[in-house]
Amino acid sequence: MSARALPLLFLNLGGEMLYILDQRLRAQSIPGEKARKDEWTDVDRKRVMNDIITTMFNKKFMEELFKPQELYSKKALRTVYDRLAHASIMRLNQASMDKLYDLMTMAFKYQVLLCPRPKDILLVTFNHLDAIKDFIRDAPGILNQVDETFRQLIETYSCLSAGEFQLIRQTLLIFFQDMHIRVSIFLKDKVQNSNGRFVLPISGPVPWGTEVPGLIRMFNHNGDEVKRTEFTTSGNYVAPQREGSFDLYGDRVLKLGTNMYSVSRPVETHMTGSSKNLASHAKENIVPNPLAKEELNFLARLLGGLEIKKPGGSETGFRLNLFTTDEEEEHAALTRPEELSYKVINIEATQ
Amino acid sequence: MYESDGSIMVYWHALDVADTDGCSGPAAGTSSGLVLVFDIPPKGTNVTVSEVLEQHRDAITDIAAELGQAPDGAGDLVSADDAGTLCVWSTGEEFTLLSKIPAFGCSCSSVKLWNGIVAAGYGNGQIRLYEAATGLLRAEVNAHARWIYALDVAPQTGKLLSGAEDSFVHVWKLSRNPDTGEVIEHCHAECVTDTQVCGARFCDPEGNSFAVTGYDLSEIFRYGRV
Repeated sequence: MSARALPLLFLNLGGEMLYILDQRLRAQSIPGEKARKDEWTDVDRKRVMNDIITTMFNKKFMEELFKPQELYSKKALRTVYDRLAHASIMRLNQASMDKLYDLMTMAFKYQVLLCPRPKDILLVTFNHLDAIKDFIRDAPGILNQVDETFRQLIETYSCLSAGEFQLIRQTLLIFFQDMHIRVSIFLKDKVQNSNGRFVLPISGPVPWGTEVPGLIRMFNHNGDEVKRTEFTTSGNYVAPQREGSFDLYGDRVLKLGTNMYSVSRPVETHMTGSSKNLASHAKENIVPNPLAKEELNFLARLLGGLEIKKPGGSETGFRLNLFTTDEEEEHAALTRPEELSYKVINIEATQ
Repeated sequence: MYESDGSIMVYWHALDVADTDGCSGPAAGTSSGLVLVFDIPPKGTNVTVSEVLEQHRDAITDIAAELGQAPDGAGDLVSADDAGTLCVWSTGEEFTLLSKIPAFGCSCSSVKLWNGIVAAGYGNGQIRLYEAATGLLRAEVNAHARWIYALDVAPQTGKLLSGAEDSFVHVWKLSRNPDTGEVIEHCHAECVTDTQVCGARFCDPEGNSFAVTGYDLSEIFRYGRV
């Protein structure tokens, strides 16, 4: 499997997390000055986004991330995002954190699956980074950090071959295998079926570098074309318009990886209906993980570079709810199927 | 059977090389572009590397042995790499390079050899047919809209099966003599709804049935002629 998939996994999932948090913060915020201590304002929202982005793009953290290494388990990765989500004064209950992680992973799974070319996974990553830069456009210090990471991505991935990108893509797809959580925004847009599987369209533009299927050309010994035939299928493909840009700035063309959430469309996830995979999930929890020690070491190194803000004396943490009401959040916590629990690892990794 | 040591990562194993002069063995490709040929003794487990073929400069993606009747001088083995270069080899006392087919800018993900015809599937969805002995291009098929994952040949009839990420599986017919009939014609298309096809194989040597596997799929779908 590829040793270069982790930075892409981390940055894209992080990007999705920021889209969702931004949407929820906007939905729950009030304009102007706050009347009560526990209310969100726009200023609070920007502060939370800035704090998380600063932590995410921390130089030491990025250095560790870009070292060639295997992808670690879902548990290990989930722990990193737990920490990241709490890098500011914002607090999330377990149920909300679970829902956040479900949304993040299903969204990125969808993007990886639908990438027209393996190389387009880089465009998806750039879409996320472009949006992140927009979130912090008023903070030039953090902007610098993000640009640095952008440059490092270009340096690391620009010269990889199609086969190496395909290997990265397959590594990511294996990570997401058998995850079929249904997401309301995907169901409504007919992008996901009611059984949790994504819809793969057989129409639209073909990837850049691919011809529309149908033509057969035959040649003689001199290399002259001597015959043409055509075949038809139920697919309805057209030629692509243009290629997306792989530069620091540019039109990415691809829509995968752009922000699909807006304030007016609350997003729900559905747990039931994934019973076919119960057996395999249960097994995964029983078998001891031989990589456990490696994972803990990795996490300690990674999290050692993450500065975690604890709410100070006079400030209380603001709680963000990913559900519409507190009762819904409580209910979700009680009814989450056992095999879908993330069993977060608690690590004290202060230096 | 093969244990990878530190630096070599094995991508593909060719399972049976034509038994010529009893000097053959399985071949495996590496990520550095080497093709390793092994010697399996009739008894015991002392497997050794008998040859290292160094013609590719990119990771080996697939290796295929001649599945039909090769015309004279047409070669027994073909190897493909990530850049899209193909090498045709004849086996014997030693492996000899017969022809080298240059890449055209696309990764070759899958390759098959039948009756002296090389069928190559590429990452951009194209299938190309070459004459094994000369390396000449005989056909270019805009077959799929996405990366081709699998190719298979039914040796008794020359049927070709292709499966790709675009959810489609196609059945084609290769002609026994590229100079008389149409070198390739399309027979059938099957759409495996909402599935990225990762594997496709004929279930019988005439190609009357085939099986398909896909990403996130815990089932194997089997198709048969009615």
